[in-house]
Amino acid sequence: MTMSQQLERRAILVDPIARWDRMLEIRFFEDRIKGLFAQGLVHGTTHTYQGQEAIAIGIAVALRPTDNVCCTYRSHGIALALGMTTDSVLGEIMGRAIGAIGGVGGSMHLSDSSIGLLPTSAIVGGSIPIAAGAALSAQVLGEDRCAVAVFGDGASNIGAFHEGLNLAAVWKLPVVFICENNFYGEYSRINLTTTVEDISRRADSYAMPAEILDGQSIDMVTQGIARAVERARSGGGPTLLECKTYRYSGHSRADAGLYRPAGELDEWLKRDPIDLYERQLIESNLLTEDRAQTMRNEVLIKIDQLVERVTASPVADVPAMFKNISIGGRK
Amino acid sequence: MKLRMNQAIARAMADEMRQDSRVILIGEDIAVAEGPFKTSEGLLEEFGPNRVRDTPISEMGFLGAAVGAAATGLRPVVEIMFAEFLGVALDQLVTEAAKFRYLSGGAYGAPLVVRASVGAGLGFGAQHSQTLETWLYATPGLKLVVPSGARTAYGLIRSAIRDENPVAVFEPRVLYAGREEVVIGEEGIIPIGVGEFLNRGDEVTIVGLGQTVGTALSATQAASWSADVIDLRSLIPWDREMVCESVSKTGRLVLVEESPFSGGWGTEIASYVASECFDQLKAPVHRITCPDIPVPYPPHLEKRFLPSVEYVREQVDVLVKTNKRDKPWWINEGYLF
Repeated sequence: MTMSQQLERRAILVDPIARWDRMLEIRFFEDRIKGLFAQGLVHGTTHTYQGQEAIAIGIAVALRPTDNVCCTYRSHGIALALGMTTDSVLGEIMGRAIGAIGGVGGSMHLSDSSIGLLPTSAIVGGSIPIAAGAALSAQVLGEDRCAVAVFGDGASNIGAFHEGLNLAAVWKLPVVFICENNFYGEYSRINLTTTVEDISRRADSYAMPAEILDGQSIDMVTQGIARAVERARSGGGPTLLECKTYRYSGHSRADAGLYRPAGELDEWLKRDPIDLYERQLIESNLLTEDRAQTMRNEVLIKIDQLVERVTASPVADVPAMFKNISIGGRK
Repeated sequence: MKLRMNQAIARAMADEMRQDSRVILIGEDIAVAEGPFKTSEGLLEEFGPNRVRDTPISEMGFLGAAVGAAATGLRPVVEIMFAEFLGVALDQLVTEAAKFRYLSGGAYGAPLVVRASVGAGLGFGAQHSQTLETWLYATPGLKLVVPSGARTAYGLIRSAIRDENPVAVFEPRVLYAGREEVVIGEEGIIPIGVGEFLNRGDEVTIVGLGQTVGTALSATQAASWSADVIDLRSLIPWDREMVCESVSKTGRLVLVEESPFSGGWGTEIASYVASECFDQLKAPVHRITCPDIPVPYPPHLEKRFLPSVEYVREQVDVLVKTNKRDKPWWINEGYLF
C-alpha cells in the first residue's frame, strides 16, 4: 500500500533539511496568501502564522500522525507542518473543490483525519476541551494515542482553557496543552488583559507540570513537546507548555498591528525561526548558503505553480454546501 | 414493564452500554450519586468508573470533552443537570459539535447525546424551570427530541445514542417520577423525527411536546369536539408529514406549548403549516403557550403559568365552534398586550 501524500510529507520531517524547507513553505505560502487577498482573489479573512513556524514543526515532529491535534483559526502553518498538502490548504482558502473540506470552510476551517487534525476552531479556546476529549477517548479505549491543543495566550483567559485543563488534570488525560504566547490576544497586548507574564504559571492551579519553551527554536519546541508527550503516553497526565513566540502580522487580515510598540517586531525578526535554523544547519554542515538560496528559489517556484494550479481548479459547487451536515436526513 | 421515567432513562442507557462499549456517561453527580434525578441508578456499579464519570461543575469543559471524545471513537452521553446550564456550554454544542461533520468534509462526526432536564412544575424557580428548545432550534447538524413519559424516554434515548449526529434530549423534569408501561428492547426504540398519534378525531389537530402532551390528551377527553392528538416527540427534525396529513383532514391546528408565546417552539410549526396547508385550514393556526414572563416560583402561580387542561379545552372549544381564536388569558385579563 502506498503512503498518502500527507503521511509522506509528515515522514520526511525526520530530516532537519526537510524541517527547514517546510518552514520556508509555510512562510512563502502565507506571503502569497496576503498577496492574493490584496488582489481580491480571496475573500473573507485570514490569520497568518508567520513568526511562529518553529512551533508547528515541533508539533509535527514530536507527535505521531495517529495523535490528534486541535487548533485554532491560525492554523495554516500547523496544517502544512502536519502534512496537509499546499493544494489542500490553498484550495480551502480559495473556496475550491480540492480544498481540505471541499472549499466550504475557508482559511479558519482546516481538517484532515489522515493526520489526526480535528476541525480547527474559529472560537478562541473552543478546541481546548475538545483536545481533552480526544485524550479521553484514548484513555477509555486503551489506545496509545495522545492529543494536543494549540492556542494563543489570549485563550488562557477564557473559561474553556481553565475548564479544559482542570478536567484533563482531574482525569489524568493524555493531552498536551501548547500555548503559543505571541504577546497579543487579537488587538490587545498581553499585559492589558492578563496579570501573569508567564501563562505556564496557570498550570499550578491544576497541579499540572508546565514548561516555558523558546518558540523560535525547532529543537527546543520539539524536545519540550516530546517530554510532555512521553508523560502523557505513560499515564502521567497532561502538561502545559508555553512557547514564547511572536506574531509578525496583526491579528487578522484587517489588522495592521499598529498598536505594537516601535521596534518590537524588529527585535523579534532578529530571532526569526527560519534564520535561526538556517544558521544552525549551516554551522552543523548540513546546509550551505548556496544550497539554502537554491531551496528558497525552489519553494517560491513551487508556490507560484501552486497558485496557478489552484486558481485554475474548479470552485466548490452548489451541492457541496449541502453535504456533510448530518447523516440521515429528514425521514 | 412499568417504569418511572428516570428508571426508563437509566435502562435505555444501560441497554445501549451493554451492546456498545463505546458508550460512556459523563456529567455532574451521575456516577457515585447516581444522578440528581436518579437517572443513572446502578450504572456505575455495572459499568465502572472508566465509563460512568462524575465531572467537575464545568459544563463547557465536559461538553467540549464529549465533542472531542465523540469525534475520536466514543459515543458519550452527557448529562446537563438543568437545561439552563447549557448556557455556559452552548458553543460546544451549537458551534462545535453541530459543525464538526461539515468542517471536516465528513471525516469527523460528533455522535454524542446531551440529556438535560427542562421545564416547570416542581418549584425550581425562574432559573431552573425553562424549556429552552429554541436555543437549539436554528442549528443545522443538531437533533432535538423531547420525551413525554417513560415509554418515549426509553425509545428516544436509545435512538439518540445510536444516531451519528449530536442529539439533545430535553427531559421534562416533572415527568421523571411518572410511571408508565415501557416496551423494553429493540421493539421499544422510537425513531427520531417521527411523531405519534395518541388520539384520533376529525375536528382539530392538537400537537403537544413533553409535558403538554398529557395536557392535550386530557383536554380532549370529555370535550365537545374530537381531535387528533399528536405527540411530536422530535422537534429537530419534526414530523411535517404527520402534522400536515392530520391538518389536511381536520382543517384546524392547535399547538400546546410549554414555552413563552414569543419565539416558542410552536412558531416554526405554525408558520410551516400556515404556508403549506393554507387551503385546508378552516381556522387560524392557534398556539396555546405560557405568557412571556419568567417562570414564577409559588405553586399556584407556577400552575397558572402552564397551560392547564381546562384552559386548553376552553381555547379549543372557541376555535372549533367559531373558527376564530380566543386571546390568551393574560391578554383577556389585561396583564400583557
